[in-house]
Amino acid sequence: MTTDFFTLGDDIADTAAPGGPIEQRWDLHKFNLKLVNPANRRKIKVIIVGTGLAGASAAATLGEAGYQVTSFCYQDSPRRAHSIAAQGGINAAKNYRNDGDSIYRLFYDTVKGGDFRSRESNSYRLAQVSVNIIDQCVAQGVPFAREYGGLLDNRSFGGVQVSRTFYARGQTGQQLLIGAYQAFERQVAAGTVEDNTRHEMLDLIMVDGRARGVVVRDMVTGEIETHTADAVVLATGGYGNVYFLSTNAMGCNVTAGWRAHRRGAYFGNPCYTQIHPTCIPVSGDYQSKLTLMSESLRNDGRIWVPKVGGDTRHPSDIPEDERDYYLERIYPSFGNLVPRDIASRAAKYQCDDGKGVGPGGLGVYLDFASAIERLGRDAVEAKYGNLFDMYAQITGEDPYSEPMRIYPAVHYTMGGLWVDYDLQSNLKGLFVTGEANFSDQGANRLGASALMQGLADGYFVLPNTIANYLADSPFEPVPDDHEAVVEARKAVEDRVEKLMSIQGNRTVDSFHKELGNIMWEYCGMERTEEGLTKAIGLIRELKAEFWSNVKIPGTAGEFNQTLERAGRVADFFELGELMCIDALNRAESCGGHFRAESQTEEGEAMRHDDQFAYVSAWEFGGDTPVLHKEHLEYEFIEMKARSYK
Amino acid sequence: MKITVRIWRQKNADSKGKLVPYELDNVSEHMSFLEMIDVLNERLTLEGEDPVSIDSDCREGICGMCGVVINGEPHGPENTTTCQLHMRTFNDGDVIDVEPWKAAAFPVIKDLVVDRGAFDRIIQSGGYISAPTGSAPEANNLPVPKHDADHAFEAATCIGCGACVAACPNGSAMLFTAAKITHLGLLPQGQAERDSRVLGMVEQMDAEGFGGCTNIGECTAACPKGIPLDVISRLNRDLMGAIARS
Repeated sequence: MTTDFFTLGDDIADTAAPGGPIEQRWDLHKFNLKLVNPANRRKIKVIIVGTGLAGASAAATLGEAGYQVTSFCYQDSPRRAHSIAAQGGINAAKNYRNDGDSIYRLFYDTVKGGDFRSRESNSYRLAQVSVNIIDQCVAQGVPFAREYGGLLDNRSFGGVQVSRTFYARGQTGQQLLIGAYQAFERQVAAGTVEDNTRHEMLDLIMVDGRARGVVVRDMVTGEIETHTADAVVLATGGYGNVYFLSTNAMGCNVTAGWRAHRRGAYFGNPCYTQIHPTCIPVSGDYQSKLTLMSESLRNDGRIWVPKVGGDTRHPSDIPEDERDYYLERIYPSFGNLVPRDIASRAAKYQCDDGKGVGPGGLGVYLDFASAIERLGRDAVEAKYGNLFDMYAQITGEDPYSEPMRIYPAVHYTMGGLWVDYDLQSNLKGLFVTGEANFSDQGANRLGASALMQGLADGYFVLPNTIANYLADSPFEPVPDDHEAVVEARKAVEDRVEKLMSIQGNRTVDSFHKELGNIMWEYCGMERTEEGLTKAIGLIRELKAEFWSNVKIPGTAGEFNQTLERAGRVADFFELGELMCIDALNRAESCGGHFRAESQTEEGEAMRHDDQFAYVSAWEFGGDTPVLHKEHLEYEFIEMKARSYK
Repeated sequence: MKITVRIWRQKNADSKGKLVPYELDNVSEHMSFLEMIDVLNERLTLEGEDPVSIDSDCREGICGMCGVVINGEPHGPENTTTCQLHMRTFNDGDVIDVEPWKAAAFPVIKDLVVDRGAFDRIIQSGGYISAPTGSAPEANNLPVPKHDADHAFEAATCIGCGACVAACPNGSAMLFTAAKITHLGLLPQGQAERDSRVLGMVEQMDAEGFGGCTNIGECTAACPKGIPLDVISRLNRDLMGAIARS
């Protein structure tokens, strides 16, 4: 059945992963990587697309090292990339709390949290460099929360039992990104980084089997430009906006990655999406995005629903013994701090059972009454003040006096372009970092690990691994009239022209919303073979209608926000289809991917390690993609069913 | 509710702009201000008119991408970013004027969209601590008194939206610049470059065409992050000291 939708290709033979003791792999590997002489770096050019944590940190570091970096971002300033919205914190195995933490434990938690679908070598390396990240950020002046003695403070996060999360009130992503942005701007001033804002990558230029440049659109003038280099880095974030409603920024998109995919880059595990349990519920059909309430709130907030469905009393009128603190009941050892996928599904089941609260019954309470009683209002305000303010601003309700209402929303995508241990895709010279790659988080990411991965990749991993590739450069210069450059530019121009020429009767957003509904319904928190098959058909019909009936006002040669969105939505159709095909193939439940057909009697996710202990790396094949499997082996951590009970 | 928005329409940087009125029925009080504009834009698109260009990205009040002048006030009547403003702030029958930031250093690109590249160039001129990747000492080797850390954090919450400039009758970027001077100058890591930072950033601020600061305080009143006015005193102190030492 499922093979109607794809064909099977060869297994992935080489992931560039080193062997040996896990503690030594990264160090030994670094020793074996080739280096580039500082004098030669000046002659080497690297394009980096995206200026979030993974992109800005890489650009700053490669610039400092002496390479010529050209950076692109779609925002009006590099400082606005969506890493800025991460709230809760960043993990690091510092063991400042003396609570039994270690690099090995962070490694273990990451692999287990990822439901045994990530690579051991990558996850270990991530844990290993996590300690350097904190040092680096402090040196840059990132104002992390501190104790009265002046030392750094920590808090705990979902899926773990130690306190290893460093934070800056509820604005950790902002502070880390501003740190990276400042380091980036320092290099702009030094002349090593060329900064191009309001530029959107629309294609990848491949020359003789190597990634050698990009085609971009200047979003102010509409001009299509080509840029060439010795290597290309995509740090372009996740694709959660395929669901229309998500916690992503309005502009987050898959286009850079998808265009690279169409040029041959494999897409890894597209169906692994993270639905975050604590978001503000939808309020109406005009809703443009969803707002996350940081997971850190689950440290002190207690999640509950009324024991009996249809209870319309005000929450404060519902006595304790008529409330069901269902996470504490079902998962006594982790309680409200179970991993995100589990917390989200549990909320969905309560609402499916008719116990949901608020409009449409799509919400559960997150209650701070006992924390305020225990710690005092001031202490709660100091920890979460800005989040409470944000909640009050959006809902018009005061979370100090009544519980928040929350509901799960799409938040993060573990899938992304396939990369090897060196963060290089299967296309030579194309590197992918941060959320845009698939590599470190497996089927589910733990809280406070996205910031960690973005900065690990950008500051410490990529600068080493890309040097190994660049040691063979500079490559033959690629002139503007090279046939590959001309072809890529023409492909982009043709596509823009095609979009502008349709002039149909439906808006871009109406298509995007409809696609989002299909994805949420059939490829969201719970997936079935029947639903996914149906979704593929629906997406194909909608895509066909889009290409014959979308309406884009204005012209291509000017600032045109509708055209920008149209190009992104066109790629989301193709991605959405692949996500459904991937989800259909993976007839097991793991992490953020829950197939209703594969669950235990208690309704917990059931993996099938005998059949699916592999990464799905998809090769573009038009309507029929090709599946390449990268088999996962666990040498250090025993694969077992996750239990947070 | 029913409202009228009068929106600044300007085709590009070179053309002249004007306020154009649009009437909207069925505006929900739960809508955000930007969602109200989204609804208008859907309608304009279907009517064959050019939708309103407006910047926004995170819509969570943290990226700083959005920002328009609403009824004469940057980000509108609430002490928040434009994206966090909700229609419940307004009343049935209201007429709402919507204009871009107006400042010589922020040229209009189209409609409500402006170019704030000047802010990036101010940061390039010293708004950082030079700490090349890999050179950092162990984080806890450098205790920072909690009071200083908290104060630095407060200044560091600036989102670079530009409301301070839009609010200032002089079009000064003093609050933005001073927030960065304060953030970095309060930390022990930031001491080595303290003089060069303030000299470089202030020089660039002037070069960008921002006006001078005359301590009016409109900036801090408009700041969605509540950056306090005393950061400007700190900048001035640092500037005097740096000039004296240089």
